[in-house]
Amino acid sequence: MADLAASDCPAVPGDRSHRARVLMAGLLVSLLAVALLGLSVGATGTSLQDALLTIAAGNEVAMRDRVVLWDIRLPRVLLGILVGAALAVSGAVLQGLFRNPLADPGIVGVSAGASLGAVSAIVLGGALPVAALLGVWLVPAAAFAGAWGATLLLFRIATRQGRTSVATMLLAGIALTALAMALTGLLVYMADDAQLRDFTFWNLGSLAGATWGRLSLAAPMILLPLLAAPLLGHGLNGLSLGEAAAGHMGIPVQRLKQAAVLVVAAATGAAVAVSGGIGFIGIVVPHLIRLISGPDHRMLLPNAALLGAVLLLLADLFSRTVIAPAELPIGIVTAVIGGPFFLFILLRQRGIVDL
Amino acid sequence: MIRRHGLARITAAAVAALMAAAPLPADPAQRIVSVGGSVTEIVYALGQQDRLVARDTTSNHPPEALALPDIGYVRRLSAEGVLSVNPDLILAEDGAGPPEVLELLNETQIPVATVPMGFDRAAVLAKITAVADALGVPEDGAKLAGEVAAAIDTAVAETDLGGKKVLFVLALQGGRVLAGGENTAADGILTLTGAENAVDGFAGYKLLTDEAILTAAPDVILMMDASGTRHISDKDLFAIPAIAATPAARSGAILRMDGMLLLGFSVRTGQAITELSEKLDRIGS
Repeated sequence: MADLAASDCPAVPGDRSHRARVLMAGLLVSLLAVALLGLSVGATGTSLQDALLTIAAGNEVAMRDRVVLWDIRLPRVLLGILVGAALAVSGAVLQGLFRNPLADPGIVGVSAGASLGAVSAIVLGGALPVAALLGVWLVPAAAFAGAWGATLLLFRIATRQGRTSVATMLLAGIALTALAMALTGLLVYMADDAQLRDFTFWNLGSLAGATWGRLSLAAPMILLPLLAAPLLGHGLNGLSLGEAAAGHMGIPVQRLKQAAVLVVAAATGAAVAVSGGIGFIGIVVPHLIRLISGPDHRMLLPNAALLGAVLLLLADLFSRTVIAPAELPIGIVTAVIGGPFFLFILLRQRGIVDL
Repeated sequence: MIRRHGLARITAAAVAALMAAAPLPADPAQRIVSVGGSVTEIVYALGQQDRLVARDTTSNHPPEALALPDIGYVRRLSAEGVLSVNPDLILAEDGAGPPEVLELLNETQIPVATVPMGFDRAAVLAKITAVADALGVPEDGAKLAGEVAAAIDTAVAETDLGGKKVLFVLALQGGRVLAGGENTAADGILTLTGAENAVDGFAGYKLLTDEAILTAAPDVILMMDASGTRHISDKDLFAIPAIAATPAARSGAILRMDGMLLLGFSVRTGQAITELSEKLDRIGS
């Protein structure tokens, strides 16, 4: 569609593909700035600038400052970038796949599957012999397994004779979400006080668990789908004309669907496993990008990744400074800011004819 | 002038060299973060509160503790938040976390002393001992443990409740009762006081069915004296038909007590037993 638009009116200054490139440059600069800010600000007075000056003066940075910058803030900022990008790209891919601007990983059961995995680990984990083996990895591993389990099940249900029905996938996603939530409810009922609180906090999401160990495990699992996502751009553009039209354009529709689901499951599964439930990034970010630079997925996907990273870093910055030395779960921040903001976009959109 | 300045510098350098050469004394921790309401109470009871620099959200007694910076909920600490108060010891109840944050704190080599939890007499004494040992005041700890043990023993000896059946209501959720079963602080304090927990057969806090409430037939309903939205009024309670039909409701035997005092299992447990048993005694007759 964007291809057609581009050939109809080539390279006028207000052109959307031009705008998308400018946006991308702006987002890259913002991401760098926000990442540096994230490294410089926190509950302790330690700032990146001071640390660099100390090192430049030939002094070893004091141990506490080194731990704060190197072991706490840096992995956290990197994880924030990855998780924000993963959630936003997953949202954008699903919205393209379902041709519905309201789709997000929650709608296909990935989030509910991850929740079920997490609550199972929290409530029943202690009784399993693997619990001792996995230690602090138990909950993330279970959340990851839950996200993947839900996605694969969904794909199996929606695929008949080698063809996947997107409509069935949507309905099955709603059914699986309901089922997973019911089982989660059962486990919540069985949970004791402490477990209940652990699960509640997990559900609210946090980047506080960012350690180098977790990052090194999550990074490849998030980066791989993130790098693969832009390859889907052309196909998703074609799909926006409808499945039949996309097929006639020579797009392998079935393979595209498989790839899209894989990308979402991998990116969201890993992101949710390390950071818990963080809402609104997946739905708001692609929306914003489309408003600014149009629906061409080839630019939408990378730009959504960048904006997702920027917004999540800002939300994390807020969550760990506003009530310091305590910390607000980041899901609260994204929901409190994202919810009204999303409403605002919707209301504005109604007044704008040309989206 | 210059000479004197030089002399001063030499002196200062010598003093610094001497100080550096002197063996580092194993100074007891002076900047302590206390994590867990019962732990904080013990620190105050030991008179060591001047060494505290921060506390967690659950540390609300004594009221002076509220003046300290709050590093967040006991199970959701923030690594940088804890570091920001520059502690040299973290005194945390068992279950504090999350584990990855403790792992990070571990890397800064700030010692974390873990205080065991539990809901009986032995657990209270073990907590006091653990806190006192971590603070480097074991004699004071032994003395305090002795006093608290005596207070508990006296309180227990004085109670005479004749197996009064008590239902502990933690909260109302959607018109149902969240009650304390086995292995809860509520069950622990009822056992110490010599009262009978009206519900058994499940662990933790659970929502009761109407039939379970009727079967339990409590003589008394016990709740926390919470303020604001967490307060459960008699009206809310009696709106549940099964509750209204219990002996407790019919005789108006509804008790409220300070939550931290009742369920804290700390230095005031003796006082909690006495207060609870007096109230139970009065309300029954």
